[in-house]
Amino acid sequence: MTTRIGVVTFPGTLDDRDSLRAIRLAGAEPVSLWHRDKDLHQVDAVVLAGGFSYGDYLRAGAISRFSPVMETIIEQARGGMPVLGICNGFQILTEAHLLPGAMLRNNHLHFICRDQKLRVENAETAWTGDYTAGQEISIPLKNVDGRYTADERTLDELEAEGRVAFRYVVDGDAADGAGNPNGSLRDIAGISNAGGNIVGLMPHPEHAVEPLVGTGRTDGIPFFTSVLKKLVNA
Amino acid sequence: MSLDTVKNAAETPDAAQPWKELGLKEDEYARIREILGRRPTGAELAMYSVMWSEHCSYKSSKVHLKQFGEKIPENDAMLVGIGENAGVVDVGQGYAVTFKVESHNHPSYIEPYQGAATGIGGIVRDILAMGARPVAVVDPLRFGAADHPDTKRVLPGVVAGIGGYGNCLGLANIGGEVVFDACYQGNPLVNAGCIGVMKHEDIHLAKASGPGNKVILYGARTGGDGIGGVSVLASETFTDPSAADAAGTKPTKRPAVQVGDPFQEKLLIECTLEIFKEKLVAGIQDLGGAGLSCATSELASAGSGGMRVELDTVPLRDATLSPEEILMSESQERMCAIVEPRHVDRFMEICEKWDVIATVIGEVTEGERLEIFWHGEQIVDVPPGTVAHEGPVYHRPYARPEWQDALQADDANRLPRPATSAELRAQVLALVSSPNQASKSWVTDQYDRFVQGNTVLAQPEDAGMIRIDEETNLGVAMATDGNGRFAKLDPYTGAQLALAESYRNVAATGAKPLAISNCLNFGSPEDPDVMWQFAEATRGLADGCLELGTPVTGGNVSLYNQTGATAIHPTPVVAVLGVIDDVNRRTPMAFAEPGQLLYLLGDTAEEFGGSAWSQVVHDHLGGMPPKVDLGREKLLGEILISASRDGMVDAAHDLSDGGVIQALTESCLRGRNGARIVVPEGLDAFTFLFSESAGRAIVAVPRSEELRFTDMCGARGLPAARIGVVDGDEIEVQGEFTLPLAELREAHEATIPALLA
Repeated sequence: MTTRIGVVTFPGTLDDRDSLRAIRLAGAEPVSLWHRDKDLHQVDAVVLAGGFSYGDYLRAGAISRFSPVMETIIEQARGGMPVLGICNGFQILTEAHLLPGAMLRNNHLHFICRDQKLRVENAETAWTGDYTAGQEISIPLKNVDGRYTADERTLDELEAEGRVAFRYVVDGDAADGAGNPNGSLRDIAGISNAGGNIVGLMPHPEHAVEPLVGTGRTDGIPFFTSVLKKLVNA
Repeated sequence: MSLDTVKNAAETPDAAQPWKELGLKEDEYARIREILGRRPTGAELAMYSVMWSEHCSYKSSKVHLKQFGEKIPENDAMLVGIGENAGVVDVGQGYAVTFKVESHNHPSYIEPYQGAATGIGGIVRDILAMGARPVAVVDPLRFGAADHPDTKRVLPGVVAGIGGYGNCLGLANIGGEVVFDACYQGNPLVNAGCIGVMKHEDIHLAKASGPGNKVILYGARTGGDGIGGVSVLASETFTDPSAADAAGTKPTKRPAVQVGDPFQEKLLIECTLEIFKEKLVAGIQDLGGAGLSCATSELASAGSGGMRVELDTVPLRDATLSPEEILMSESQERMCAIVEPRHVDRFMEICEKWDVIATVIGEVTEGERLEIFWHGEQIVDVPPGTVAHEGPVYHRPYARPEWQDALQADDANRLPRPATSAELRAQVLALVSSPNQASKSWVTDQYDRFVQGNTVLAQPEDAGMIRIDEETNLGVAMATDGNGRFAKLDPYTGAQLALAESYRNVAATGAKPLAISNCLNFGSPEDPDVMWQFAEATRGLADGCLELGTPVTGGNVSLYNQTGATAIHPTPVVAVLGVIDDVNRRTPMAFAEPGQLLYLLGDTAEEFGGSAWSQVVHDHLGGMPPKVDLGREKLLGEILISASRDGMVDAAHDLSDGGVIQALTESCLRGRNGARIVVPEGLDAFTFLFSESAGRAIVAVPRSEELRFTDMCGARGLPAARIGVVDGDEIEVQGEFTLPLAELREAHEATIPALLA
């Protein structure tokens, strides 16, 4: 049986089709999910894609978090279903309290779109198994509210439990994509829950899956092959 | 104020009307009375005044623009031409592409963020209304002097507006320009272009036919924003309100700039595409300038003519709006569709799914009158064609400016040139770090270029390129170019240089240029000097398109771009659209591999009039712009396209402002490789590095392809001179100077952030 991975479209979601394509390229069956529909249509995992759901009104992710589809996703994610939140999806996951912390406006106050260098800190989550710990990858970053923030205790906990999944690589040439792009605390780009099934990050792996388009790199593909392997072997 | 009904208008022929305040001329008002056989009602007057404004009626430019329809090259790519919301071009494999560039200059000076944002919103709806999915946007921008304090207000606001609105729509921003010149200080140019893709059978046209069909207004509620914006903003030079008050004269006509809601626009896009997919509309039009006045009169006149609208059914944001204001409101994110009764329920369901408000506001009727009612009383009864298309046409006087000869006689070739290699090196650094030549990544990094996952090339590449079919790898490319300095020296040549540069940029990526759109930014048409510039530029562009075989699919004219009596440089911006069968074959601009051989294609002459060098080093504008040879441009294009298709070049970069040294700098920095350069025989180093002769490009040829490539150029008669090799981490011009890439990068990339941060 093929593995089915769902991608939710909220009003204002932008990268849903990119995520569906990435899932297909990784070899799984992509399934579109609609925000008003509680039914997840037997998917084995869910991607919350990037964009500006509800226009980022009130606060990024704050309204989407209450949509009908999220009720089911929150319940199943707590039961172990793999969920990946990219950019706005990460913001939704924090608003839904599936992941700790929050995203503030970038410290330079601008939208920033660039090729960003990350270090994979934890290669044992559901979405990072195909990387090796310490591996450096480059994938696009594009946001205006991307500055990861949490209180000191939470940050210490995340570090102690190995839940910092990705960090911005700060040493090196900015022209190479190095540097903390927005003032995220402890250079955190992405985190996971304790179970490792829920991962959220600001940069966009679904934009780095084909050599032809975007930055020309395919560093994002392992996100999708990782979860596929995990599900097939489960 | 009591309601001015049609009946009332007939009974009170002598009632005073504010036609002058609405921007109409006396003879125009008389003409309206003649058409109607009575005085217009207030609502009718509102409609005629906005639709007969310069912005909507093209009354000053029409007589010149018609050349674009007369000098049509043989080209079977055109599916829909001038006159619709946007032109449509066949790109093969059953696909059609629609593209257009529009200006939002005046609003962007008043309120940079919203002005620029709603410029994006408007052009995207134009493309959507043709039945296409918008896939990419480009933004040609022009600002005042880079170090002027007001530029720091206008530029960041415009860029944030484009990003804030465009990024939220999920459209890749793949190109454009950022140019600084003091002539744009009080009048920046904010042009916005959009590309949309559809299948041939999905082309939709703006017409209302079939009596009984419903007129549905959907999208945002109508508010008081932008009322009169069209007739006043785009047609008259606005004055400083404080100055107007101080003088105690009549109040300024500066109105509210529209306010955009990109989230609403995103919903409108997805909702409309779903409606198209189910083939539910018989005609569709976006609401832009002149709002409902424009949409109803254009839809009705393009159909059989009859339409009845109940204006009080329009959903409002502000319940106190008068019917005249509702007709003139330019509230954003609205569309108007003509729907057969049997499809109305399904149409409404889709709107409900996307949380989009939709209201039946009227229907197509037998007969030939547009009739609008307000709570049962008739306030409009007009032949819609007289509103939409029969506006006044002016033959404005024009004459070659008295100063033109003196300007052209002030030859830039006589300016002092660098005397030593050290001076040459210093001027190279001054050039590549000057605001116009410096890296614009501070701007473009605020735009999302990755969304939709089909971006093959984006700025700073010569042209943006988008894959439109994932199976076949069919793609389209677009570049926008304009050079106001060249056009000031000679508008005919300047317009052709803009066309040639844009054409060359598209060809440099390996795409075949198919058709063009334009955005013609000029000063006041009431100034004969400006009108001459306009006449010359349109003639140059029309002649050029005929010779290059690229028809004009449509465009936009923006007049009254001036501060006081001083007009901007004439600035025709040309967007060329090209097609590439397989985007895998695209040619990037970066010198990516050491060992690649560098060839200069084309002829280099001593041409410095209007050049970047003359501006940066001497703050000079004079002489003649570079000569144009469109036959050569075509040949160069064919060579670049063949070389891309057959894998003969690894990189290509067009030569334009800044000349060879600018292109080398950009390609080396992007590829993170240096180059060893030899000045070719017959040229001095200065001319070689700084001349802006047209019809040229630099290519990087892999050694294995050198013979094949040079043979092709030789056989086709295109001069190709080997000028060096990609190597090392500096640019070395042998016998002259070396420039480490790190120093070059600092010079090229630090300028804009330092000015604006």
